[in-house]
Amino acid sequence: MGFLDIDNVTKSYGAVEVLHRVDIDVQEGEFLVLVGPSGCGKSTLLNMIAGLEGITSGEIRIKDRVMNGVHPSKRNIAMVFQSYALYPNMTVGKNITFGLEMHGTPAPEREKAMKEVAQLLQIEHLLDRKPGQLSGGQRQRVAMGRALVRNPDVFLFDEPLSNLDAKLRVDMRTEIKKLHQRLGTTIVYVTHDQIEAMTLSTRIAVMYDGYVQQLGTPKEIYDSPANLFVATFMGSPAMNVLPAKLAERNGALHAVLTGADGQERALRIENAPAAYAAYKDAPVMLGIRPEAITDPEGADRNARNIQMLTNRVTVTEPAGADTFVTMTLSGKDCIARMRADADVHPGHDFEFAINMDKAVLFDPKTEDRIA
Amino acid sequence: MAVASPETAIRTSRITRAFIYLFLLLFALFYLLPFGIMLINSVKPLSEITGGNMIALPRDWTIQPWLSAWSTAQIGVEPTGLRPYFINSLMMAIPAVILSTVVGALNGYVLTKWRFRGDTIIFGLLLFSCFIPFQIVLIPMARILGILQIAGTTPGLILVHFVYGIGFTTLYFRNYYAAFPTELVRAAQIDGAGFFQIFWRIMLPSSGPIIAVSFIWQFTNIWNDFLFGASFASGDAAPMTVALNNLVNSSTGVREYNVHFAGAIMAAAPTLLVYIVAGRYFVRGLMAGSVKG
Repeated sequence: MGFLDIDNVTKSYGAVEVLHRVDIDVQEGEFLVLVGPSGCGKSTLLNMIAGLEGITSGEIRIKDRVMNGVHPSKRNIAMVFQSYALYPNMTVGKNITFGLEMHGTPAPEREKAMKEVAQLLQIEHLLDRKPGQLSGGQRQRVAMGRALVRNPDVFLFDEPLSNLDAKLRVDMRTEIKKLHQRLGTTIVYVTHDQIEAMTLSTRIAVMYDGYVQQLGTPKEIYDSPANLFVATFMGSPAMNVLPAKLAERNGALHAVLTGADGQERALRIENAPAAYAAYKDAPVMLGIRPEAITDPEGADRNARNIQMLTNRVTVTEPAGADTFVTMTLSGKDCIARMRADADVHPGHDFEFAINMDKAVLFDPKTEDRIA
Repeated sequence: MAVASPETAIRTSRITRAFIYLFLLLFALFYLLPFGIMLINSVKPLSEITGGNMIALPRDWTIQPWLSAWSTAQIGVEPTGLRPYFINSLMMAIPAVILSTVVGALNGYVLTKWRFRGDTIIFGLLLFSCFIPFQIVLIPMARILGILQIAGTTPGLILVHFVYGIGFTTLYFRNYYAAFPTELVRAAQIDGAGFFQIFWRIMLPSSGPIIAVSFIWQFTNIWNDFLFGASFASGDAAPMTVALNNLVNSSTGVREYNVHFAGAIMAAAPTLLVYIVAGRYFVRGLMAGSVKG
């Protein structure tokens, strides 16, 4: 029993089912991020929690109260919209207290609540202005103020940062995280930005095509993606996915790849899960994050199984903090993330250090992780 | 060979500019000419007009024709002038404009923010009413006014114009509200505002330009209407347009052209005034529905 229960919820428009049996329990104080590409159903799910869209089947409960058919204003939730949705004809102060006024809170109490929220968000000097006179970041704060002032059970955020410029987005991200740590509120947050999802959440639900592909902590999602979609969607640059073959050599399992020169490269796998045995001599997809491929000096010292691999370097892309190095493995581009001053040159052979602790295998047909 | 130096560029632009202004001025004069002649002749004694010189400025300036047209000219049975009919028109136009604007705004609000099955069909049917010629509805309308027992009265005319205006006002407000962010309505819903609270507190305060458009359009149409006025309100309830017609077409006595001119200006004045006062919103509001931002 969670604080917010999404229990076997589906959503259909006519005969088309757009959300399939979504099942998520959110605990009190949790920061759940729904992440996925456009059209995956994440905003629909959020709108269903808010009561702005009907629930076709299943139940949504907040504090064990069934919310199906309950009007949005009676769910004790607050929502921050992508466009902020500030009422253009009202001052900032009015915007913040409008909800309280509609719920019949007396004026002196409204005033007090507004003052508190304005102080918390440092927007006291803006209270008499109209939304049109505010900058993007200020509007964002006001929108959060409007949500906070109601003291709701659950906060819903619908891509709140996507209208801000890159720098402000990072600042506001930190701001939201601070706010969550300070107030300990329960938040459901929708975004298509996987970095926002990783940084903010206590748990992530990765959605695609109306299905929750994986639900877990950011670390679980990042290190043990349930399938190829999650593996490639989360992380930037994306995880390298290389066609490989599992073979037993000298009594140990190896992932066998093809180098740029057409010769085989074998990477030893240690502590292989029992499920790997079924794939012996069969094709698999080897997933490996760019940061797990480095130059030998930059390799993770705590890694137990570092495999060396020599291959031709195709392109190097210095990005300031890191240098991205591209090589061809099994006919695919494979990106490595190296130290900025790694001595790599395009067109030359280079010895890559691959941290096989971080490697994962996927079934090429089902695209699920083999574990 | 011709090198476009900055000087020649400025000079040619000056010449073009002069031509543009000249043409604009000529066209403005051309369009103002009828109004100017009306104005000149409305402050002349009748003898100067019948003397055959309509275009010349008056030798004896007089406001007598205006006073006569306003309060003593023979229109109905009594020599009342146009004043009571002017008031009739105001009593008819103002409520009809307000009612049709409010209902149009509500329709636009529902058709864009509270979509329901078949809403586009209903909107299409409402639009259809914009294209029905006035003459077609005369007989059914007369029947309905008869049943309601308000035939020949100002309330009857208000009803006619109110109903006839809904099509246009709905069109205006629907297009305006289609560009109005739906997230605002959803935010207000979560804040606990009801259907009418959202309308009064959120939608209407943001509708200034389109209210101006609806107001100007409706006022001009209703004030200038002659057919409905002549058909459904006779005698003392007649609006300004009908009264002006009666004034000009009265067959008794001498035709007082100067009084007719003064009366015609009086009949045109309110719509002119409305356009001058609210006109700058008109173009802005017409654009607002079609172009976002």
